[in-house]
Amino acid sequence: MSTLLSLKNLTKRFGGLVAVDHVSFDVETGSIVGLIGPNGAGKTTVFNLITGNYRPDEGEVVFEDRPIKNLPTHKIVSLGISRTFQTIRLFQKLSAIENVLAGCHCRMKAGSLAGMFRPPAQRREERQALETALQELQFVGLQDYAEQLAENLSYGNQRLLEIARALATQPRFIILDEPAGGMNNQETAALIETIRKIRDRGITVLLIEHDMSLVMEACEHLVVIENGAKIAEGTPQAIQNDPKVIEAYLGTDEE
Amino acid sequence: MELFIQQLTNGLAVGGIYALIALGYTMVYGVLKLINFAHGDLFTIGAYLGLTLLTTLGLTNYLGPFGVVIVLALMVMGLVAIVGAALERVAYRPLRTSHRLSAVVSALGASIFFQNAVMLIYGARYKVYPHDILPRTAIHVFGLDIPLIRLLILLTSIVMMIGLYLFIQRTKIGTAIRAAAIDQGAAKLMGINVDRVIMIVFLIGPALGGAAGLMVGLYYGQINFTMGWLYGLKAFTAAILGGIGNIPGAMVGGLLLGVIEAMGAAYISIAWKDAIAFCVLILILIVRPTGLLGERVAEKI
Amino acid sequence: MKNKHIVIYVAFGVLLLFSPAFLNAYWVDVLNNVGLYTILALSLNIILGHAGLFHMGHAAFYALGAYTTAIINTTYHIPILWLLPVSGLVAGLAALVVARPIIHLRGDYLLIVTIGLVEIIRIALVNNVFGITGGSNGIFGISRPVLFGWKINKPWEFFYLIWGFAAVTIFLFDRLEKSRFGRALNYLREDDVAAEGSGINTAHYKLIAFVIGAFWAGMVGNIFAAKMTIIAPESFNFWESVVLFMIVLLGGRGSIRGVILGSFLVLGLPEIFRQFATARMLVFGAFMVVMMIFRTEGILPPLPRKYPIAKVLGREGSV
Repeated sequence: MSTLLSLKNLTKRFGGLVAVDHVSFDVETGSIVGLIGPNGAGKTTVFNLITGNYRPDEGEVVFEDRPIKNLPTHKIVSLGISRTFQTIRLFQKLSAIENVLAGCHCRMKAGSLAGMFRPPAQRREERQALETALQELQFVGLQDYAEQLAENLSYGNQRLLEIARALATQPRFIILDEPAGGMNNQETAALIETIRKIRDRGITVLLIEHDMSLVMEACEHLVVIENGAKIAEGTPQAIQNDPKVIEAYLGTDEE
Repeated sequence: MELFIQQLTNGLAVGGIYALIALGYTMVYGVLKLINFAHGDLFTIGAYLGLTLLTTLGLTNYLGPFGVVIVLALMVMGLVAIVGAALERVAYRPLRTSHRLSAVVSALGASIFFQNAVMLIYGARYKVYPHDILPRTAIHVFGLDIPLIRLLILLTSIVMMIGLYLFIQRTKIGTAIRAAAIDQGAAKLMGINVDRVIMIVFLIGPALGGAAGLMVGLYYGQINFTMGWLYGLKAFTAAILGGIGNIPGAMVGGLLLGVIEAMGAAYISIAWKDAIAFCVLILILIVRPTGLLGERVAEKI
Repeated sequence: MKNKHIVIYVAFGVLLLFSPAFLNAYWVDVLNNVGLYTILALSLNIILGHAGLFHMGHAAFYALGAYTTAIINTTYHIPILWLLPVSGLVAGLAALVVARPIIHLRGDYLLIVTIGLVEIIRIALVNNVFGITGGSNGIFGISRPVLFGWKINKPWEFFYLIWGFAAVTIFLFDRLEKSRFGRALNYLREDDVAAEGSGINTAHYKLIAFVIGAFWAGMVGNIFAAKMTIIAPESFNFWESVVLFMIVLLGGRGSIRGVILGSFLVLGLPEIFRQFATARMLVFGAFMVVMMIFRTEGILPPLPRKYPIAKVLGREGSV
């Protein structure tokens, strides 16, 4: 097992608030890792630091032995890291297939001139992209909704669509921000399956989730964050029994 | 040195006018996040109404010069305020939930409408304000003769700005306006009648703009139906300079812009005077878009 | 459904094609102006309609193209049509330089900056910057275009030049819309954080959108200069940018048919109502307000894009 992603001493401050406080952990290739912690602990901020939406004040982010700290987001995507958003950021007024095609963009080459004059290579590329997009829709089970507008899909399906779009970028590492948000038990169970299938495709998964059943079922390794700092790390069983973690989530008894 | 003081006072006077107009832009932007393109035309309407009232009512027969100006100002401000409130009701309120650009087009349409209405009613040529309303004397200050009118205008603008500042900071309605500017949804949940707040903003802003129009008429003596455009754009620059949505910012921005322009015209070149304002605009937007007094608003991803 | 549309387009095209035969010179000239504005509006559509960038300074690029042609043609006597790509290039390069620092500005701020830019350019032209722009009198004595030995002089000759150019523009832009590039613009318009997060270099595409739009506007400037033979700064003032902006928004942003219809309406209606000369702008202003209230997406908003999904699925069985 090699290390795919390595965070070292990652720190981010917003004015006087330390949102992420010297966080360090590694993600092994081929694993499914969960990042958990109470609300407002800084988990999404860690994600944003990995994807380049925020610049870290201190620390390093190393992906496949390459430092990616100050690269622009789209470059990080082309290097093989893709993500979904906590609040769902789909292109609501566009169809499902168009949403997924957005993910295909970075693996295509045609520019404005090719777009206007349509050489054979461009036409091939367009066909290929459409096939890839349909494949990803099928992977998440949304192939029947291809031409539906994103805003017309159910909340759970919108989350799946976002995953399909992220998969279309052909990532080696995918980070999912609360993918089960708003899903019922059935949908969550299907999601766990999907996450495993993603890993079986050779894509490493890092996810933030509050749904403990999903976390315990799907993740092999957990990292716990509270108030911006890592307080525990280990297997789901170990974390479940860790007193620091219990305190973070539930508080202590009044003596 | 003499040139400097003259230009400084000139710049401050013009700046005061820009500030009054800028306040209209900044208050509307603060609560609606909309650039009221028709605001410059409200300023123009103020100038023309002032002229009409002045010539038809023959106030000079009853009142001394200062009395005339005060009564005139009150009437102009009242009338333009009504036009402003009507503008909001007709052209902006129906579009509150629509795309930003639709409101922009509507504002442009309203601007075209007002401008042409003024042109149709008053004609396309320059109109002249009577010269003898206010005494054209100069006051001896700092060892120089500075026109009385200039000082009066500066003084009046400052008084109005202080008045507005106190209103916004110290009264309940003022606080409601500030609340609605920060977060309309939360303001509604706190029981603030946001529709009413917006209407009040569209009474005060246009009123100040109308007053500025009157002042321009009295100071420069000449008005034209297209003046709203240039003044409007400069006042908007002033609002941005101070930080759009920020009321003290509009005041500071207006005065500052007036002085920069006056100095530029005197020491660089008068032909490029108008370009100075645009250069300031572009520079500020590239270097510090939130303006001198504005606040950064971060987006949560 | 699709067939009905094609019939309408073809009928319209044929009507337009033969119109110089049964219209007098005045109305042909009106159609020439409509044609020029159509191409300009289509070029703005890429920036404003597709990329969603609030740009109200398009006249600046148009002006640069026209002045480039005028200055080079009157000084060095290079034929007009040879200067067509040159004008586009100058405008495109200007866009590259000017847009880079402002591309990241949020909507309303970008709007104001573009207004400021077009004004600065106009003032520079009026003040005869570098001594070549002829000041407020402009430049005169621009020659006519010559196409394969045929000198284009009369309104109906310009008609075919302009509308020929328009047809090529429509064809290329339609393809561009449906390509990867067009999609990228739409994604960044809808949500530029999501677009960037999906791997799209949003800054790059915004810039290219500006450059392409400017390039085309510059080319239109070339034809305009040759048609008028005299150009002056007041042809390129803020109001021109407003007209183009309105055409795109009233017609339907992001929609080629909408923009074409918009050009006809915005330029044609005031012509038709010329007898009510004085009140027509007043009515027009009111019309704009009403339009936005009752049909905020424009008269002919873009249709949702169709992809040959069935074909792809059919071929593979299931993918």
